[in-house]
Amino acid sequence: MPRLTAGARHRVAFTLNGKPVSLDAEPRLLATDALRQQLGATGTHVGCEHGACGACTIQIDGEPARACLTLAVQLEGRDVRTVEGLAPAADRLSVLQATFRRHHALQCGFCTAGILISLDAFLRTSPNPDEQELREVVGGHLCRCTGYTAIVAAALDAAATLRGEPASSVNRDPVHV
Amino acid sequence: MKPAAFDYVRAQHLDEALDVLKQQGGEARVIAGGQSLLPMLNMRLAKPAVLVDVMGIPGFGEIRREGDAIVVPAGVRQAKLLARLGLATEQPLLAAALPWVGHYQTRARGTVCGSTAHADPSAEIPLCLVALDGEIRLRSRKKRRSLKASEFFTGMMVTDKAEDELIEAVAFPAAVKGAGYAFREVARRHGDFAIVACAAMATADAIHVAVGAVADRPERRSYPLLEGSALDDALNAFAWELDARDDIHATARLRRDLVRSLGREVIEEALRCRA
Ligand SMILES: Cc1cc2nc3c(=O)[nH]c(=O)nc-3n(C[C@@H](O)[C@H](O)[C@H](O)COP(=O)(O)OP(=O)(O)OC[C@H]3O[C@@H](n4cnc5c(N)ncnc54)[C@H](O)[C@@H]3O)c2cc1C
Ligand code: FES
Ligand code: FES
Repeated sequence: MPRLTAGARHRVAFTLNGKPVSLDAEPRLLATDALRQQLGATGTHVGCEHGACGACTIQIDGEPARACLTLAVQLEGRDVRTVEGLAPAADRLSVLQATFRRHHALQCGFCTAGILISLDAFLRTSPNPDEQELREVVGGHLCRCTGYTAIVAAALDAAATLRGEPASSVNRDPVHV
Repeated sequence: MKPAAFDYVRAQHLDEALDVLKQQGGEARVIAGGQSLLPMLNMRLAKPAVLVDVMGIPGFGEIRREGDAIVVPAGVRQAKLLARLGLATEQPLLAAALPWVGHYQTRARGTVCGSTAHADPSAEIPLCLVALDGEIRLRSRKKRRSLKASEFFTGMMVTDKAEDELIEAVAFPAAVKGAGYAFREVARRHGDFAIVACAAMATADAIHVAVGAVADRPERRSYPLLEGSALDDALNAFAWELDARDDIHATARLRRDLVRSLGREVIEEALRCRA
């Protein structure tokens, strides 16, 4: 049976945003620290380190997960996605990222990576969400800047765009360029 | 906030997990979804010598029916049970209560059995187990045993589980024909732990109501079909028996008020929903 001993570092291999990666981790290393400090993927933020704020949310095999409540060794063999993996190309935003920008759904941006990751996972399984459902998803995150209204509007707009509908007229025009 | 050092065992068979618990019981902790354990490790409220991950044990990930019981093994995440096809008719109480267990993000990781083992007095899954008179199936290297929910939960985050045992599965009775079910909860925000949570089941001749987040564990009472002031009196007596305490979330008086009002609401709704 694979028993990973406390003091030693153990090789952990997984897929990060489509690319194979590996690192050496003590069993107690958190996924947040593995991503940020060992792999340099600092897009995933760290706030509370006890599951309450949502800043560290990543996707593991397509499902949202608090990276601060995940051990690096639990990522072995998994398909991990972080905010760095959302944009289709270096100079192009994803639909959701673009609606966040259009609706001013972020100010300081501390919470944004986690919220994008949650909404990206949710919209994939629920392409036709209502506002209430989106508020519940966003309810798993703390944002101290926006008041959430713009985040929900951006998510509704992204869902409509992803369904191929003409984008909503609400807040459609960029306020400034 | 970083955990203290521990060994990590990824159990590939149930026997492997049970061996570690047998050898190192008091020093070992099962890790399932990690949504309650990791905060405790990060804050060093728990410092186990070894974690036994049960999520890879074959057969632990699939929900099954055994006659009238919905059997949920240790590897089943809360989101999976909530997404079960037909759950709203198979057991309406679970379909109503599960959306209140934490958030979309924590339900994607947290397990049904993990919540049961954690035995937080305000947790919804233990409340459903008590309300429905469900069963907890325990397993050690030596033996298997099965307890009623009312025997399993013995206090605030304390259960009858021995150090060398793990929860293999929990079993929820499926909806009884002709019975109605209802769930209500009051929390500061959706996703926060309940200030008071109530679950009810009504049949042709009886009402069962269970209350979470007030006493040190979920409590259940059964009544004949009471109405009007007789029902108010019964709920008032129940509210006082729970021995509510003041804490930073709510006063004892607010909690008693909520038991009386939510209790009535869930009972009335369960009576109305009888199919
Ligand atoms: C932000 C946040 C909000 C939350 N809100 C709520 C809420 O509103 N309501 C609610 O009920 N919960 C809530 N929770 C906790 C819930 O998400 C957890 O999933 C649940 O309490 C524990 O399940 P787990 O699978 O994550 O267990 P773990 O965290 O892995 O384990 C919890 C405990 O149970 C033991 N254990 C786990 N599985 C077994 C087993 N099969 N046999 C024996 N022992 C076992 C572990 O050793 C540990 O002591 C919240 C959590 C977070 C982070
Ligand atoms: S840092 Fe993980 S939820 Fe706050
Ligand atoms: S944008 Fe600042 S916390 Fe959300």
